[in-house]
Amino acid sequence: MSASAVVFYILSALILVSALLAVTSRKIFRSAIWLLFSLTGIAGLYFWLQMEFVAAVQIVVYVGGIVVLIIFSIFLTQQSGKDLPAPLRGRAIFSILAAVAGFILTAALLRGYAFPAPGQPAPTATINNIGAQLLSTKEHGYVLPFEVISILLLAAMIGCIVIAMKTKPETK
Amino acid sequence: MNQVPLTHMLIVSTGLFFIGMYGLFTRRNLITMLMSIELILNSVNINFIAFNKYLYPQTLEGVFFTLFVIAIAAAEAAVAIAIIINLYRNFHSIDVETADEMKF
Repeated sequence: MSASAVVFYILSALILVSALLAVTSRKIFRSAIWLLFSLTGIAGLYFWLQMEFVAAVQIVVYVGGIVVLIIFSIFLTQQSGKDLPAPLRGRAIFSILAAVAGFILTAALLRGYAFPAPGQPAPTATINNIGAQLLSTKEHGYVLPFEVISILLLAAMIGCIVIAMKTKPETK
Repeated sequence: MNQVPLTHMLIVSTGLFFIGMYGLFTRRNLITMLMSIELILNSVNINFIAFNKYLYPQTLEGVFFTLFVIAIAAAEAAVAIAIIINLYRNFHSIDVETADEMKF
């Protein structure tokens, strides 16, 4: 086993173990920190696959944006130092059964599937190529989805403002 | 990269998906449910990148899908947290069991 494969298995173990702790920890703040580790591990996996741009986006948006937002909302809504209630026993057992059964089924299907051989290796995912194709109006260009997603972000921003706005003034 | 077969990478993302699903089933707190959804979306992203890198290295489609999924996840998290804070203002709890009426 080469060093590269060892790095992959270490990263995978980090991702899966911290994800498992993130969904089972009884303290919500620790749960958010485990989620942070898991997302950083996924960014490491993208670096390992030589997708530097996606890894950078993952760190900036997920680790820098979403996790910070989640931690802020924990501070705003949660009494500190209070444990989350444990899941009901029956619900926990059936959830574990469903998750394990789904995992085993999917893993068995994956092991039996013969993937086609890779096509000819050509241009790497440099930022130059990504930017050129993302804003290209020709065939295989992604300028229309790019514009649509910018409208989606605008709609989400306006929606957040409308939802978070106080509906009635405080009466004294 | 070539020492690790594609199947192992897909099994990692499958594990991440079902861990997220388990969290979504057992947690009753809205913020932790949102975290589980983020884990599920990330497992999908790993799949896109792995297929792009292993099977179709001459194209960039997987990268674009991943970028769009990340953008939609960011928008979704922002709206969800606005809703959660609004819910907390009205019910003083963000447990899904207590939020049982839509209009107040």
